[in-house]
Amino acid sequence: MDITETLAIPIPEQLDSPAVPDQADLDLTTVGDFTVPDPRMKIRDVNVFYGQKQAIFDVNLDIGSNSVVAMIGPSGCGKTTLLRCLNRMNDTIDGCRVEGRVEMDDKNVYDRKMDPVLLRARVGMVFQKPNPFPKSIFDNVAYGPRIHGLVRDRTDLEEIVHTSLERAGLLDEVKDRMDQPGTGLSGGQQQRLCIARAIAVSPEVILMDEPCSALDPIATARIEELIGELRKNFSIVIVTHSMQQAARVSQRTAYFHLGYLVEVGSTKDIFTTPKHQLTEEYITGRFG
Amino acid sequence: MNPTKQIVSGLARRQRAEKRFRLYGLTAVVLGMAFLLLLFGSIVANGYKAFTQTYIELPIYFDPAVIDPSSERDHQTLFSADYWKLVKTAVYQKFPQASGRKERRELTRMVSEGSAYELRDQVLENPRLIGTTQHIWLAADDDIDMLMKGYIDRNVPEDERRLNDRIIGYVDSMREVDAIERRFNTTFFAAGDSREPEQAGILGALMGSFLTLIVTLLLSFPIGVAAAVYLEEFAPRNRFIDLIEININNLAAVPSIIFGLLGLAIFINWFGMPRSTPVVGGLVLGLMTLPTIIIASRVSIQSVPPSIKEAALGVGASRMQAMFHHVLPIATPGMLTGTIIGMARALGETAPLLMIGMVAFIVDPPGGFTEPATALPVQIFLWSDSPERGFTERTSAAILVLLVFLIAMNAAAVYLRERVTKRF
Ligand SMILES: Nc1ncnc2c1ncn2[C@@H]1O[C@H](COP(=O)(O)OP(=O)(O)O)[C@@H](O)[C@H]1O
Ligand SMILES: [Mg+2]
Repeated sequence: MDITETLAIPIPEQLDSPAVPDQADLDLTTVGDFTVPDPRMKIRDVNVFYGQKQAIFDVNLDIGSNSVVAMIGPSGCGKTTLLRCLNRMNDTIDGCRVEGRVEMDDKNVYDRKMDPVLLRARVGMVFQKPNPFPKSIFDNVAYGPRIHGLVRDRTDLEEIVHTSLERAGLLDEVKDRMDQPGTGLSGGQQQRLCIARAIAVSPEVILMDEPCSALDPIATARIEELIGELRKNFSIVIVTHSMQQAARVSQRTAYFHLGYLVEVGSTKDIFTTPKHQLTEEYITGRFG
Repeated sequence: MNPTKQIVSGLARRQRAEKRFRLYGLTAVVLGMAFLLLLFGSIVANGYKAFTQTYIELPIYFDPAVIDPSSERDHQTLFSADYWKLVKTAVYQKFPQASGRKERRELTRMVSEGSAYELRDQVLENPRLIGTTQHIWLAADDDIDMLMKGYIDRNVPEDERRLNDRIIGYVDSMREVDAIERRFNTTFFAAGDSREPEQAGILGALMGSFLTLIVTLLLSFPIGVAAAVYLEEFAPRNRFIDLIEININNLAAVPSIIFGLLGLAIFINWFGMPRSTPVVGGLVLGLMTLPTIIIASRVSIQSVPPSIKEAALGVGASRMQAMFHHVLPIATPGMLTGTIIGMARALGETAPLLMIGMVAFIVDPPGGFTEPATALPVQIFLWSDSPERGFTERTSAAILVLLVFLIAMNAAAVYLRERVTKRF
């Protein structure tokens, strides 16, 4: 992995774009094909509101199987909001309302009959800031399998914990100190621990919300490498503010602007031949 | 004008303002400490001597003719025998020079009336004492105790003193042969209240406070934590819940005596619970402590980083699992801190207990939640009202005991708070 490439430091969220292009004359309907063959999840006509304020407008997007789709766009454009619709983490926010359909196996996850507990076991999540439990490394990974009753005995559990840590590329670093607190690891290790915790319940989809934004370049490179590995077994949706990262890890890219999905397509096309004016201006760095 | 110059010209003024402010702060702290020291100092100075008590050594002859004329060693006979007579005989023998009726009365008054019970207990425990003569240390009367502790001024004219020259002479003569001395006052920690200072102790009040606090804790901790968890995690956001929240905060500010009135009206008059008992006191104090615990628990639940809860929900924990597996364990030290502080407040509370009759004069330490009892602060209140010098001293000593408990509880709270901050 080329470290210099990773070192292209992403634009911090706080430094908002100085010059968002004039909207009035811009068409914000989605450019490109939002469908994929055999999708794992489907987002259809989704609108999200925080109280009176609308954060997502009429978004349609498919999440493909065994591939990585990257969501990019300027800060505040609704990437996190949309991502959290996929496992209903928005439920925990007061005043957040979701309209439209998010389908998994042709069932709407927002259906009354859908239990968010089951959904979140199938759609795992890795957060922006590493958030291991203040418990041992072992217990961090074992928590999911335990509460879902995925294991019969201690041997089973140990095996799941080991394979999860191994797939998260963390086993070698922690196998001698499984009983140490997870919070004592470095930032990059903590994030990989969180990934191990997510994959321990064998989800089908993994959502990652800027998983590297709190990490140094070397730890970032490791996570990106890991995402490439995980793609073989999971469908992955990653939000990132680093275009280089999107280019490196994803097969498809969706570009958002002020709550609209402006353009979606294969990552290669988006970064070489963007069709929408906003996409082009964003990836050429004319605004952040 | 040059901005640097402008800044420099104002610097001196800003530094002066800062110095002045620091001085104010320091003065406030020093004043506060001084008052605290003064308060503690006066209590300690008044109270420390109550931890000793004057005892007189007397050769007691356990006269079978007095205790057990029939020699049957019958429990009832031994129990109701006239042990005071043994004490009287012993003092008369010790001071044969006192002959008149009045002088002899003075003599016997030197020894605490409680001595008779002391002798009785010894005999009941060991009947073989009967017929023997033992040198026994018996508690002196509180006036003698005051003399030994230097509270009675010998220079005051005789008729204005509580003890006349003759008695002072007896005491001095005993002192010369070491037949009178001050010892650690076990009675103070082992007895209940009494009309006689030298027989009065705080055990009854301590037991009362202990039983009351148990009821308080059992009532307020589970309800308080459950209410806090519900309000933080499960309550819908609506007007009704807002109203409840506001009222919980208001309740925390209600004067404690109101809770006493409530207890009197509801628990005693309506439910017919026995008055003056720890169970009622505990219920009243529990209601009083409830808002404190709810508020403290909510604050400590709120202080748990939301990322922990999100992490749990993210792997598919239910809201209750996220709460009980992750949030509550982290919030526990904070909740316990709030609880201990609430308990400490309940321990020092007097007014509501007065309302429900825990102010009665009760000699026997309570053996259960439904037996009449008093509490430590109420005992202090009762003793502070008594004219005897011996009670003044015991008031301060009881305050010291109360303070020790309060400080211990607050130290426990600080310790727990330290632990929660170390976790992150
Ligand atoms: N909890 C919330 N309450 C109200 N508004 C919110 C909340 N979270 C996000 N928003 C708003 O929704 C919009 C999208 O936010 P977000 O999804 O976090 O954007 P991104 O992740 O792309 O930076 C922003 O305008 C933000 O201010
Ligand atoms: Mg975001």
